[in-house]
Amino acid sequence: MSAALNNAVAFDTALLELHARLRTGRTTLPLRSDEDVVALRRHVRERAVAIALSLVDQTKLVTAASELARNTIKYGGGGEAHLDALEDGFKRGVGLIFVDNGPGITDLDMALRDGYTTGGGLGLGLGGSKRLVDEFDIDSRPGEGTAVSVVKWKR
Amino acid sequence: MTTQDYATRISQIIQEHEADIGAEWMAQLEALTVRSNVVSKEQLRRHCQQFLTAFAKGTRGGELQNMEHRSWDEVRDLLSEISSSRAKGGSTPSETATFVFSLKQPLFTRLNAGFANDPAALANASWIISSLLDKMGLYTIEVFQRARDQIIVRQQQELLELSTPVVKLWNGILALPLIGTLDSARTQVVMENILQKIVDTGAAIAIIDITGVPTVDTLVAQHLMKTIAAARLMGADCIISGIRPQIAQTIVHLGVNLEDVTTKASLADAFVVALERTGTSIVKKG
Amino acid sequence: MERIPILRMGDLLLVTIQVDMHDRLAMTLQDDLTERIVRDNAKGVLIDISALDLVDSFIGRMISNTAAMARVLDAQTVVVGMQPAVAITLVELGLTLHGVKTALNVEKGMALLGKNHF
Repeated sequence: MSAALNNAVAFDTALLELHARLRTGRTTLPLRSDEDVVALRRHVRERAVAIALSLVDQTKLVTAASELARNTIKYGGGGEAHLDALEDGFKRGVGLIFVDNGPGITDLDMALRDGYTTGGGLGLGLGGSKRLVDEFDIDSRPGEGTAVSVVKWKR
Repeated sequence: MTTQDYATRISQIIQEHEADIGAEWMAQLEALTVRSNVVSKEQLRRHCQQFLTAFAKGTRGGELQNMEHRSWDEVRDLLSEISSSRAKGGSTPSETATFVFSLKQPLFTRLNAGFANDPAALANASWIISSLLDKMGLYTIEVFQRARDQIIVRQQQELLELSTPVVKLWNGILALPLIGTLDSARTQVVMENILQKIVDTGAAIAIIDITGVPTVDTLVAQHLMKTIAAARLMGADCIISGIRPQIAQTIVHLGVNLEDVTTKASLADAFVVALERTGTSIVKKG
Repeated sequence: MERIPILRMGDLLLVTIQVDMHDRLAMTLQDDLTERIVRDNAKGVLIDISALDLVDSFIGRMISNTAAMARVLDAQTVVVGMQPAVAITLVELGLTLHGVKTALNVEKGMALLGKNHF
């Protein structure tokens, strides 16, 4: 049940304040189970539709969200996602931040390259997701956790 | 005098002389307006009246520096309405802002009389009114721009629709002639349209003809490749035709890998290949 | 437990994915399909994804794996109805669905399966 989180993720990352000035509405969703990923996709889709992103851009954003959410659960031991509505002048966008308290990524460069994986999958999570969004930032500290922030702007 | 005092006093002055201020303002506007067919006299009178009433009310609210405050909602809405309708009617932004600015003189005249015994207060009051009206004038320009931008966006959409004609050459074979310069943004939209048309018509092969495209740069070439890959993922195939010698040179120079893709110099050649692939042949009679 | 229904038409298996699948459901489908191919001695599998507005790397992998397993079991797989937005996103993601045949709709998919009937 996605009630108020009792244990919000304790990973102190600057990424949480990346677009603080431009935020107009934040939703925080837990990422612990398969069903959470489905719920997240639905929420992200709603927000994408709300700023009238084209169908292709909507699909790209929701797909990236799905990939990153799965990473949070599979490699990060579970965590949460923050969904923000962004406004920069007349430009509107959707910002997503995925945070976990997991082991962190030791070699970021490698991870961002296509084909890299430690989990037996295709390893397209990060590199691929990066291409689907307009802004991509990652903060990962081994032993502490990982935070990934992505933004899609209405073209 | 506090800000609220000024606010109360100024709005009193406006209310007392509303009719006169309105008449002088109208006279100024009529003298300045070059094109009287954009806004009818009746409409102008209505706008002036509504604005003055709303302006007096807003002033009473006391927020004389902050135009974003709730007390100015009615004024902002009114200005939005006036500005948008003038934008659609073909006024220039200046004409629309002038609507607001030309209120200054009639107001100053009344302020002069109203604060006659207090030159310092008069200076302040004049400054307050002047700043307020400046902000409102700028606001009308912003709204004007936005309205115009919307018109431009809509026209761009329409142009885009026009520039992606679809021709059904044969059962399951589509021809999509691309016309004009392709920039990265436009190419993406055009490509999405092509894929949608493939789905809509259930075409097995789409011939993308670029005879009408003067130049192709790396980004456009990449988009073309991605579109073909996407079409294949969906279960259709693409042929590129109309590649002129210059474009062929550019593509080779850019190092774009076209190995996977069938390319033909002319649409006719591409059509023949498409027919063969879909198991059709043309037989000459006699 | 929820499962995606698999229809049988002669020696063909037909699956229509209409829900937003969570990972467990996708894995269950993969297992179910493999089992049914053997049980029904199926020669062809048609996966209809025309209702899917999202295919991410996990679902893509599920589809590729299913096709690979089907091939080992001497059955052909065709995926039909991929939406343009999904196709464009998959290309951007870098997912190729190598070894998976695709067709625009069920009709064409069946024709494809019929043609390559061993």
